[in-house]
Amino acid sequence: MKSLVPILIVLSLASVYGIWYQRSRGKIRTSKKGPEGALSAELLGSPLGSRVTLVQFSSAFCTPCRATRILLENVVSTLSDVKYIEIDAEAHLDLVRKLNIHSTPTTLILNSSGIEVGRAVGAPNRDQVINSLSSLR
Amino acid sequence: MTQLASKVLEKNRTIDARGPRFSALITTVVLVLALATNSVWVLVFQGTVFAIGAFRGPQFTPYAEIFKRLVRPRLKGDVPTEDIRPPQFAQSVGLIFALVGIIGSVSGLPLLFTVATSAALAAAFLNAAFNFCLGCEVYLLLLRLRR
Repeated sequence: MKSLVPILIVLSLASVYGIWYQRSRGKIRTSKKGPEGALSAELLGSPLGSRVTLVQFSSAFCTPCRATRILLENVVSTLSDVKYIEIDAEAHLDLVRKLNIHSTPTTLILNSSGIEVGRAVGAPNRDQVINSLSSLR
Repeated sequence: MTQLASKVLEKNRTIDARGPRFSALITTVVLVLALATNSVWVLVFQGTVFAIGAFRGPQFTPYAEIFKRLVRPRLKGDVPTEDIRPPQFAQSVGLIFALVGIIGSVSGLPLLFTVATSAALAAAFLNAAFNFCLGCEVYLLLLRLRR
């Protein structure tokens, strides 16, 4: 019976984490960043959108990164004032550290001044992305 | 298109995404068995499966074979595809835990066996039950620690 204890501990802890994981992944959270944290086109290696910029950090060992890219490219395709930028996290570790990114995909929502106003860890939901885009001027 | 996207498209080797998740389910059962029986041989078996998945690819393991022959023909609907690199990464992490567990067992450190096997079990169970992506959560942290 003693050998069943670690199994029960592992499965229950993993279940708690798993439920949190599924609930938190993809949710867009509001970020409160001051203008000093603004990201520039220079830093991101690509021009910003005139209204909104979506910045996705991806990595090689990431299954939902592809789905996230397809979704965001699709959402952005009809909006001329919104730009989508994908960044290989592995090649930009300084930026990853500076922006406190822990996992991929992480998508940042930047306003017209390049200030982060929202962030989603994991593949975001289409409606949520569209909602947060329409709330930005 | 970004550089990364074109790089991914270049070596886009994809498999049925349901395969690795089915394999994670069998892995969970096997690792529970390893812990319940306290048997290093069960862990050696699972370690061999991890090694095949890590070196040859997750689509070549015995579990993937069961999926192809018995499970996939019964599944309906669209086939979700996935790059092979994320599950291959997960198999490599599993292999490391299995090796640590085996070393613990043969060197008279039963606690190391239990802890390492439990870690592999946690990852396999999270993958099977919650579609957890190990590479997404761990790879960047490892890179951030290393450099």
